[in-house]
Amino acid sequence: MIRLKRDYILNTLFLFITAIGAFLIFVILLGIIVVLFEESFPAIKRFGFLGFVLSPSWDPVKELFGGAIPLLGTLITSLLALFLAVPIALGIAIFITEVAPRRLKEPIGVAIELLAAIPSIIYGMWGLFTLAPINAKYIEPFLQMTLGQIPPFVKLFSGTPLGIDLFTASLILSIMIIPFTASVARDSFQLVPAVLKESAYGLGATKWEVIKDVVFPYCKLGVLGGIGLSLGRALGETMAVAFVLGNLNQFPSSLFSATATVTVKLANEFTEADKDIHLASLFYLALLLFILSFTILAIAKYFIQRTQYK
Amino acid sequence: MKKTLLLLIILTLGALFKGHVEIGKASTKTINGAGATFPYPLYSAWASQYYKEKGIRVNYQSIGSGGGIRQVTERTVDFGATDMPLKPEEVEQKKLLQFPTVIGGVVIAINVPEVGDKSLTLDGETLCKIYLGEIKNWDDAKIKALNPGLSLPSKPITPVYRSDGSGTTAIFTHYLSSVCSAWAKDVGFGTSVNFRVGIGAKGNEGVANYVKRTPYSLGYLEYAYAVQNKIGVSNLKNAKGKVVSPSVDTFKEAAQTAQLDPAKHFYVFMTNAPGGNAWPIAGATYILLAKEKVDINKEVIKFFDWALQTGDKIALELHYVPLPERIKTRIREYWKKQGLF
Repeated sequence: MIRLKRDYILNTLFLFITAIGAFLIFVILLGIIVVLFEESFPAIKRFGFLGFVLSPSWDPVKELFGGAIPLLGTLITSLLALFLAVPIALGIAIFITEVAPRRLKEPIGVAIELLAAIPSIIYGMWGLFTLAPINAKYIEPFLQMTLGQIPPFVKLFSGTPLGIDLFTASLILSIMIIPFTASVARDSFQLVPAVLKESAYGLGATKWEVIKDVVFPYCKLGVLGGIGLSLGRALGETMAVAFVLGNLNQFPSSLFSATATVTVKLANEFTEADKDIHLASLFYLALLLFILSFTILAIAKYFIQRTQYK
Repeated sequence: MKKTLLLLIILTLGALFKGHVEIGKASTKTINGAGATFPYPLYSAWASQYYKEKGIRVNYQSIGSGGGIRQVTERTVDFGATDMPLKPEEVEQKKLLQFPTVIGGVVIAINVPEVGDKSLTLDGETLCKIYLGEIKNWDDAKIKALNPGLSLPSKPITPVYRSDGSGTTAIFTHYLSSVCSAWAKDVGFGTSVNFRVGIGAKGNEGVANYVKRTPYSLGYLEYAYAVQNKIGVSNLKNAKGKVVSPSVDTFKEAAQTAQLDPAKHFYVFMTNAPGGNAWPIAGATYILLAKEKVDINKEVIKFFDWALQTGDKIALELHYVPLPERIKTRIREYWKKQGLF
């Protein structure tokens, strides 16, 4: 009897502790939003919403702040990174689930996950010291001489290739998000019931037809969700791009021009922001980024859940 | 089993608590400071030597000048450090004290293969026009006129600037503002400004790396980084119209002739200093103290007095420029006047 009672108390206590842990998440999330809002309030009051989001000026000396360029820069680098990463990531996922022999699956899977474990500062340093010079010397001139000669792309590849630009930043981001897209895609490919695939093979379908007509349609929502998760990661990535984008407050004129993203601005200017309105504007940018990536992650999660419950 | 667990928890908590008390005790022997990143290597070298000699710890966190000003204004640290001096009225309003510790020179790193071992000379107006994007090529008439003996290539100039907010940028842009009215009007000076052209690199090491790697580029950086990275630097024409090259002596001359006035809490930019051999782009890095914390300030000042007396050697080894004796005397007088020394 006493033992039972003690177990009961311990059990309740245990449940209580886990519940605290879970609710703490909400408290932290709420706390972050409140702090971001409170700190950015002077900037919100002075510049308003549209006045900040649409204004391209960022002049700490004259105290004129607007987020148009960093917000646009964030979207461009992230979407460009997706454009580069998604085909490769899907290829990896298909290879692992459908094509690779069993003894190759494991090592490749582990290698992909290791890629995800590299701290982003290392990507940033590698980007500045290795990738940027290679890009400036070989890859970007090559692109200019080939793709840059075809009329619709001339503008896209114009400018002096210096290596600190949108292209390098997007390339690094794409390498960073490949593992995320690949592993979510792999997981959803594995959810395709074997019966479906076997029936297709039974009807004489080739591997390509099975992948194209059975696997892909079955898990397109999951793949979309994975892409969304990677987009969320790309939007918020800081150190990897802070080194190679240049924090130039100008609309990019080509792939080879420097610009700024929200995270690059924050990483570069936060420590030395000596005016209150400068700091508040940086917080305002952070708040907008938070809302942006929160929305994208929520949509992505929704898609992923829908495939899992199908 | 459970009893052992309980015992363990109690012991851990006890240890934590005890540790906390010990930390509390130690803090009476620790001076906490935070701020500018530029003097960080020097302050930590000074602090480690000071601890060896006097047994007092000085804990300096390089969180940036903006952070340093903010922390000391909110009285969370014993001293703050900034590369850009606060204006005298701001010092008064925030109830702070301000004095310089060491000088840093900003130099113009260049990478023009054609120049080689010869030296290239620039002046304020040319630099300003380069950074405004008005002078685009190395063989521009203005640069040619300053360097009659050099054959300059017809290549576009790539200006490099600091992408992160920095005291170096403040000193450099202050120089451009003081020699070039177009810059003062359109851009101004500060730790981050709105650069019109060029590429941004993060940190002094980023600028050094970028100039070194990119032919026909030009960038501004702290003297120490130019020395360590063995980058070519340009000469400058100073306020007296004399061509000077960057060195500890020309920086010192800039400090000698700059108006470091205790009544203004030493607020000055040593840019375009009037000395005949003065390097035109130099600046001091500053310490900020909370005025009412007299006892702590005395401890902080003991440290900096020790540093001013014996720290010059360490400073020179790390390529900082020590303050001239005349300025040191003025700083001590300033401390005395505040009743701290």
